[in-house]
Amino acid sequence: MSATTPDNTAFGGKHSDWRRVLSPTGNTGDAIFRLVMLGAGLFVVAIVVAKVVALTSDSMLSIRQFGFSFLTGRQWNPIKGEFGALPFIYGTIVSSLIALLISVPLSLGIAVFLVEQAPHYIARPVGFLVELLAAIPSVVYGVWGIFVLAPFLRVYVEPPLARWLGWLPLFQGTITGIGLLTGGIILAIMVTPIISAVVRDVLSSVSGSQREAALALGATKWEMIRVVLVNGAPGIAGAVILGLGRALGETMAVTMVIGNRPQISTSLFEPSYTIASAIANEFTEATQDLYLSALVELGLILFFVTFIVNGIARILVWNVTRKTGGVGRAA
Amino acid sequence: MTEITKSSDQVRRLTSAVMTSLTALCTLLAIGILLVILTYIAWQGIGSLSLRFLIDSPHPVGEGGGIGNAILGSVVLLALSSAFGLPIGIAVGIYLSEVGKGRLAGAVRFLVDTLTGIPSIVTGVFVYAILVLPMKQFSAFAGGVALALIMIPIVARTTEEMLRLVPHSLREGALALGAPQWRVTMGVILPATASGIATGAMLAIARVSGETAPLLFTAFGSRFFSTYLDRPIASLTVQIYNYAISPYDDWHAQAWAATLVLMTLILGINIIVRFLTRKRF
Repeated sequence: MSATTPDNTAFGGKHSDWRRVLSPTGNTGDAIFRLVMLGAGLFVVAIVVAKVVALTSDSMLSIRQFGFSFLTGRQWNPIKGEFGALPFIYGTIVSSLIALLISVPLSLGIAVFLVEQAPHYIARPVGFLVELLAAIPSVVYGVWGIFVLAPFLRVYVEPPLARWLGWLPLFQGTITGIGLLTGGIILAIMVTPIISAVVRDVLSSVSGSQREAALALGATKWEMIRVVLVNGAPGIAGAVILGLGRALGETMAVTMVIGNRPQISTSLFEPSYTIASAIANEFTEATQDLYLSALVELGLILFFVTFIVNGIARILVWNVTRKTGGVGRAA
Repeated sequence: MTEITKSSDQVRRLTSAVMTSLTALCTLLAIGILLVILTYIAWQGIGSLSLRFLIDSPHPVGEGGGIGNAILGSVVLLALSSAFGLPIGIAVGIYLSEVGKGRLAGAVRFLVDTLTGIPSIVTGVFVYAILVLPMKQFSAFAGGVALALIMIPIVARTTEEMLRLVPHSLREGALALGAPQWRVTMGVILPATASGIATGAMLAIARVSGETAPLLFTAFGSRFFSTYLDRPIASLTVQIYNYAISPYDDWHAQAWAATLVLMTLILGINIIVRFLTRKRF
């Protein structure tokens, strides 16, 4: 504690020693207690700082070599020493967008059902079951994805898509069951419990008077729900962004079903690669310094992106839930 | 509101009925997916499961073998991560609820919240950079540290929430009796909410027991029984991953069986926690 020194000299006397600085009572036990807990709090700050420093310093080689072109390069060829991250960035963004496209309406439906419609004795167990989806580990989703979901999509979903929507470039190409679409769908299943849980909190914190007012004006149940959704809109946006953050960084399940080929293809049936799966898949193979450094730089990018995305989401969700329900719960 | 008044009453009622049933359908779909996944794991996994499978170490393809080393490895990694992660996580929770005030506490709370959303693979890369590279070896220790780093924000959040549930009168009562703050916190507040913190700790353990990505290049994996902290060590999740992406049917079957073991552990913890906290929520 650097603050102890100036305080000692400024006040003098036996009551204004280091204990006073740390604890208003000047009790030695309290001072030690507060110092230890403060240390734990600062440890969290230290983890974040250490992450930034360690990831940046270990990716310096790659940053110096490629500079900004690392983000725009389309070639990822470790043998030739070419490292461009664009295929990974593309795969990460597209798979996450597919995930959100499916999971956002689904999660909103679940949250509305659990908060606005289901009676308590149904909402509780059903809510628990939906939350259990979040307890399933990523690698288990991956196992299920390889052996069950991918063959299912290859036989029952992708052929009809190709037949009816094949005029779109999105649904052209070879049907293998392994690719962007499968990765996006498995991500959708994984982020649904996360988004729906936060939307549930947000909807619960919308004041009951909003509902009563809407119903008293003659609104139907659905019209009342729309009023509630509009009221919770910032929090719902936060929930969606939170889900996005999770989808961007999800690793194992995606690695197992997305095909792991660094290419940019408009077809959702084609294999792709994400930032996280590239790190998981290639890290132990990287023997040259530059290769390893490029992979660490991918990690650094993922860290910054998810840090910002999560930060924004937290602020949005806090603003809604802390104003009403959150404060009541905290106090 | 104009469009609503224009449309007839019946259309509005119909829309309402359709949309509200759609929300029920969404919920059914999610639960359906959960049940499909769980039954698939049980159905596929039960066939290869035996006592021998649980205690044997891996054999070459086609010669059976088991996941005993992986179970032991996971236990070692979880013990190690709990030893680091739980005390620090709980201390951070105490700091946020009882000690910290103002901007610094706000910043720590924000960072704790944000850290829970940082992908675990990034933590793996970080631990590789600070431990594996200097030690020049994959190790159980590095794996335990990686899992502990994931645990800390989760435990900190649940601890803070649990501490905030303790009524203020309890703190004031103890302080009024002349107890210093540290005795109030450690002797009154913590015991009052011990079960809540314990369930939070159990959920954190369940969460990290399913982690794979941060172990790939820290604990790395091993095909042998090992408890050395400075050597690579096996874990259930990494073994499942390696078997699942292998080209052999025999190993695929073992991956399913190992998945069943892992899911039994994780669901078991989640259901027990749910049962214990049923009264409180």
